[in-house]
Amino acid sequence: MRRPDSTLIALVAALLVLLMLGLLLPKWLFLFTLSLGKGLVVLGLMLLLRTGLVSFGQGLFYCLGAYAVGSLGQFFGIKDVLLLLLTGAVIGSFVAFLLGFLMARYRDIFFAMLSLAFSMILYGLLVKTAALGSTDGFNVAPPALLGRPIGGEAHQYALFALACALAFLAAVVMHVYFESPLGRLSPAIRDNEIRVEYMGASVRHAIHVKYVIAGALAGLGGALTAMTVGHIDPDLAYWTTSGEFVFVTILSGTGSVIAPFLGSLVFEVIRTYAYQYSPNTWQLVVGSALLIVIVFLPSGLWSVFWYLRRRGSS
Amino acid sequence: MTPILDAQGLCKKFGAVTAAWGISIAVEPDTVVGLIGTNGAGKTTFVNMVTGYLKPDAGVISFKGRDVTALHPRQITRLGICRSFQIPQLYDSLTVLENVVVALGIVLRNSKRSPWARAPKVVPGHGTPVMAAAEKMLERFGLSQYRGSPARVLPEGVRKLLDIAMALAVKPEMLILDEPTSGVSSDEKFGIMDTVMNAVRSQGATVLFVEHDMEIVSRYSKRVIAFYEGKVLADGAPAHVLGDPDVRKYVVGGQVAMYASKETARA
Amino acid sequence: MREVVALLIDGIIYSSWLFIIALGLTLIYGVMKILNMAHGSLYALGAYMAATLVGYWLGHGHAPMASYGMLAVAAVIVGVIAGPLIERGLLRFMYGRDEIVLLLVTYALFLILEDAIKLIWGVDAYYVSEPYGMLGNLDLAGLTYPVYNVVLIAVSAVAGVALASVLRYTHHGKLLSAVIHDREISMAMGINVARFYLVTFTIGTMLAAIGGALTAPTVSVVPGMGVQVIVLAFAVVVVGGLGSLPGAALGALIVGLVRSAAVHYLPQVELFSIYAVMALVLIFRPKGLFAAAEVRKI
Repeated sequence: MRRPDSTLIALVAALLVLLMLGLLLPKWLFLFTLSLGKGLVVLGLMLLLRTGLVSFGQGLFYCLGAYAVGSLGQFFGIKDVLLLLLTGAVIGSFVAFLLGFLMARYRDIFFAMLSLAFSMILYGLLVKTAALGSTDGFNVAPPALLGRPIGGEAHQYALFALACALAFLAAVVMHVYFESPLGRLSPAIRDNEIRVEYMGASVRHAIHVKYVIAGALAGLGGALTAMTVGHIDPDLAYWTTSGEFVFVTILSGTGSVIAPFLGSLVFEVIRTYAYQYSPNTWQLVVGSALLIVIVFLPSGLWSVFWYLRRRGSS
Repeated sequence: MTPILDAQGLCKKFGAVTAAWGISIAVEPDTVVGLIGTNGAGKTTFVNMVTGYLKPDAGVISFKGRDVTALHPRQITRLGICRSFQIPQLYDSLTVLENVVVALGIVLRNSKRSPWARAPKVVPGHGTPVMAAAEKMLERFGLSQYRGSPARVLPEGVRKLLDIAMALAVKPEMLILDEPTSGVSSDEKFGIMDTVMNAVRSQGATVLFVEHDMEIVSRYSKRVIAFYEGKVLADGAPAHVLGDPDVRKYVVGGQVAMYASKETARA
Repeated sequence: MREVVALLIDGIIYSSWLFIIALGLTLIYGVMKILNMAHGSLYALGAYMAATLVGYWLGHGHAPMASYGMLAVAAVIVGVIAGPLIERGLLRFMYGRDEIVLLLVTYALFLILEDAIKLIWGVDAYYVSEPYGMLGNLDLAGLTYPVYNVVLIAVSAVAGVALASVLRYTHHGKLLSAVIHDREISMAMGINVARFYLVTFTIGTMLAAIGGALTAPTVSVVPGMGVQVIVLAFAVVVVGGLGSLPGAALGALIVGLVRSAAVHYLPQVELFSIYAVMALVLIFRPKGLFAAAEVRKI
């Protein structure tokens, strides 16, 4: 009899708790939904981090997903939320597929800075494109699900519930993926690429696949964020946006698929309050926190959770 | 009998240094061959060319009748040649069990099984799903007690064994060991070689190993090839090669008397 | 024809600016194998310090011509204070860790410095345009250019030649080359690697600060002015080859000219053109134009 998978149980529990919280704290719905969208991007980054790669350019796919949603709504009148979300994911994975041919050849600093450069290319293009609002961007109308409106001021819970379902699905899929042979290659590639090649697997191919998955997740996250926030602008592709995602990923660690969403939520909550009280020290706080995590907690905050758990059970 | 590995006229230069001058070696299946030679003699270059890490400047390498000269290490592994490393190449942050699981996972993926297969996927060559096959492998190599330890904390001898175990996980038809006992303490080295040879015997494979330790070479190999300055100096039965005056002069050195007497004692 | 000349001159001016900025980045990477994401913040520090010093100098009625000296002083102050502070106070503890970990550390540093600048100098803009206009204008092929830009070109050329000469001809320069090649062996030979790292980082910081100080009179000095810089500097350094001085020069020239062409003919693709050149170079020469040799791994 196989032991029940503790992560799956935790995911189901988290889903139920979250859905309930959404009912009890309607003022927090926006923050929750936003965190879930950003959590998707971080989930993709987590996959890359497990493979030993840091992408400073997930903003590229995030922005593409957001602008896809905005453009489809603005220029083609498409409002169906599922179609919009799907488009975000598809565009993210398609562009990641194309870029992956180049990106999969690089590691470490090069990979990080190349990804940064590509996201800045998009930023540069968007800033100079008047039809898309240049630096101001434009607004995104609330979508609809099967004809009924979802999101926007009046139907926040519906969009939130959809976001929960999406995050849950993504987390489950990634969890299963991490246990699969291709998923297990990630830490192996990170530790010793040569050995992986000598065992008969193609590292470049594996990285390409993972880059596409991360791109899809980021595009999906961007689409969701566009619908939640109701506005998009080129800053989504600016490298500092990607930097934020990297920060949350490092903070959350690579230990569990729940961590990206939890980490995103913590980040968004702290950001909201920090900005209110002291907007000129927010980056200072983030930078210092990042340093502390790198120096003292290389496995992210999740390692604290595991440490406590292990202490508790022994 | 057709040789399983046939290298003809291999040449390799690194700038001014010639590591291989027309090396031609044919290896019969199911045998154990020891490769000896001083550092820089060309044995590691030969191994690197066979395993695809280096491309020879001239010459052809055939494996099971197929030309593998220009292939990438990954392709050569898939065709049936796997190697272990002088410095064990492990996944340091993963546990011993996880190391083997990764290796078996790759074997599974490479076998092109349908991803929709309902039954737990059986690893080709092992007959059981990945976890069971991994546990069995650990047992066979005496590594079960280390299954939960990260590879990084293992003693050198255990690291070597794990490195070789992973190479054997792909069930290669030819196994190449690069200095399997270097860096290992004297009391451990025979234990390691015995374990490895038993495992090889149970799954059947041709073995090539590079060694500096003449005791190991004389005990485990059925054939010895001595390298010197990029050429094959001698090739034949261990006693014959180790007793050859040129080999004594250029490769083995002064310890020859000790080994020669061991051989006569055994004969 | 006029167009082309204007394009070339603009390109060279921009290239010189890029070169000064990229020089410090590639030097630090070449010696310490750290890609300093805070490079833009150090550039901004130089600009702010220059604005403060020049503003003070001119505000107290001192000789206007000497305000150029203030630019240099600003760069030196920033270099000598920020450099050792960062290297000894933070980076030193991270040596030996992964390249990417150090990248993240410098990213954290960037975040901290950006806010530190806001806390010290506030969020309002500073204007110190006097040095820019004071030298008058120059006529080149029928076009007018501020002489200041020629100064910029001169400074960048001097910096490049000086650094190259130090590396090749002086005793310490040769020791530095040894450290670049192999840190551990250099230590084993008795070279004080720690001191070299400190000096290198300080010089790199100073170079970034010079870039900022020289730029201060030409723009409004505002928070966030350094954020764009790291991306540009990286593009230049990557095109030329990480750690290569001649590479930085060539990279700056290529990127500068391409960007100038874009600005003149198709302004929408200005940013795009810079990164497109970078991506293109990488496709054909994955490690840049002057790449270092690779060492065998097994």
